[in-house]
Amino acid sequence: MRILAFAEQRDGKLKKVAFEVAHAAVQLAGQIGAEAVGLVIGNGVEKDASELGGFGIGKVYAAEGERLSLYSTTAYAKVVSDAAESLSADIVLFPASAMGKDLAPRVAGRLKAGLAADCIALKGEGGSIVATRPVYAGKGLIDLKINSPRKVFTLRPNVFSPGGANGTAATVERLNLSLQDSDFLSKVIGVTFTKAGRPDLTEANIIVSGGRGLGGPDNFKMIEDLADVLGAAVGASRAAVDAGWRPHEDQVGQTGKTVSPSLYVAVAISGAIQHLAGMSSSKFIVAINKDKDAPIFQVADYGIVGDAFEVIPELSAQMKKALGKD
Amino acid sequence: MKLFVCVNQVPDTETKVKIGQDGKSIDRSEVNLILNPYDEFAVEAALQLKDKNGAEVTYVSVGGDSVKEVLRKALAMGGDRGIHVKTDNIGDSYAVASMIAFVLKDAGADMILFGKQSIDYDDAAVGTMAAEMLGLPSASVVVKLDVDENARKVTCEREIEGGKETVELTMPCVISAQKGLNEPRYPSLKGIMAAKSKPIQEVAPSAVEPLTEVAEMKKPPAKQAGKILGTDKSAVPELVRLLHEEAKVI
Repeated sequence: MRILAFAEQRDGKLKKVAFEVAHAAVQLAGQIGAEAVGLVIGNGVEKDASELGGFGIGKVYAAEGERLSLYSTTAYAKVVSDAAESLSADIVLFPASAMGKDLAPRVAGRLKAGLAADCIALKGEGGSIVATRPVYAGKGLIDLKINSPRKVFTLRPNVFSPGGANGTAATVERLNLSLQDSDFLSKVIGVTFTKAGRPDLTEANIIVSGGRGLGGPDNFKMIEDLADVLGAAVGASRAAVDAGWRPHEDQVGQTGKTVSPSLYVAVAISGAIQHLAGMSSSKFIVAINKDKDAPIFQVADYGIVGDAFEVIPELSAQMKKALGKD
Repeated sequence: MKLFVCVNQVPDTETKVKIGQDGKSIDRSEVNLILNPYDEFAVEAALQLKDKNGAEVTYVSVGGDSVKEVLRKALAMGGDRGIHVKTDNIGDSYAVASMIAFVLKDAGADMILFGKQSIDYDDAAVGTMAAEMLGLPSASVVVKLDVDENARKVTCEREIEGGKETVELTMPCVISAQKGLNEPRYPSLKGIMAAKSKPIQEVAPSAVEPLTEVAEMKKPPAKQAGKILGTDKSAVPELVRLLHEEAKVI
């Protein structure tokens, strides 16, 4: 049996989630007695595809083509499904990234495979695999079993360890593709990046979020300053987004992004249940709020019951010093 | 244009999750059910197309009798009719997508809209999976939508990590809506009254077995409330020290 690890790339470079998925595939393969192989799709991706070898993948299949340089849900789904069939890979792993979350349901539909989405743990026991995944934005966890012979999993970014690269190169083999114009009925024609210099919320190792207690959009400046000192992403509560202070893509919570950074700093956020659902799986949580009874303190590892306008600039200054950035 | 919007009924965001007796799902006894928030953006997108170009808007919902409430809610916002795929056994995303694909395969849809995910199981899968089953192109997590009906072309923007992708699709197609696409309208009193007489057709589901099975549902490990380090900026040095030495995150 084979496990196919979809190694996401952008501009020919493998993304961090590619290594997370590759490493998870290798570990799962060890548990169920299977072979993990990689799959890279894009234009000019063969060279970097061999990097997956360092994470324990022996062989990587590359789907190369100019028309594959930008994502196409329909064409990519065909490539992955065809590869899974021809390689007898009954298990396909994707990152639960924007691309993976779009691609996996299509591949699952095509392969008549059950889907376990946004998994935070995978465990192979005997012949079966148990996937643990959050539901209700993390208010609950389920152990899910897939009963179909073919199985598709997406893995939440930032949760699975990529392991350490050991410098071994994987063998890369180019796939023969049979793509027609009709496979490109949906295709990306352009990409724009909005926040140069700051990581995305779902990929960030550190997030600094602000809430209604900041009182207005201008006061997010100090949140951004602290974020920039820490190399962090900026998030916001639903209240701050609904007030129009921040764009909707910054929202953390049940109707926004669910995040699992190493450090989440909640500033002037009271901690409504729908917000807690989106961030309480963060490894460390710091809360700064004037109200000592705010629910956010129930999930925080470290709290300061104080005025954000006083504490945050001081925190920025001291972090700058501690990180040698002053 | 014939537009279909698939809507789902979910527990509201204030719901505190209690594990049910079966140990595999939530206790729904005290749960307030609402129209899935992301589906509201899909409804609004369809209604804006109807307002602009004229279209027939049909809502589809899969589930027990209570899903009629979300069909009525959507119909109160606008639109023409509802289809209730009646089943007490929803199964999983694969089963729901199959049932929707079965109902819509010969419906002559120009566009099928979904919310980007339901806020209960958070699979974010049904729309794209149904698109695959129907052989249609799709775009998910859409925050901007332009429809050129004459050219049968749809251009939209979808959210990706740190930016947006512009996606071009041919019609018929499937779109799943993300917050930011529009501001959903509130149903007017007139709309609520009108919705009561709009037709909701009950249809039987296709026979389909779910491919996944919940073995167990549990609450996430409870976080212990941590240390309060102080009440003003004099606590900052200790915070920096703990983040460095204890948490080791900086």
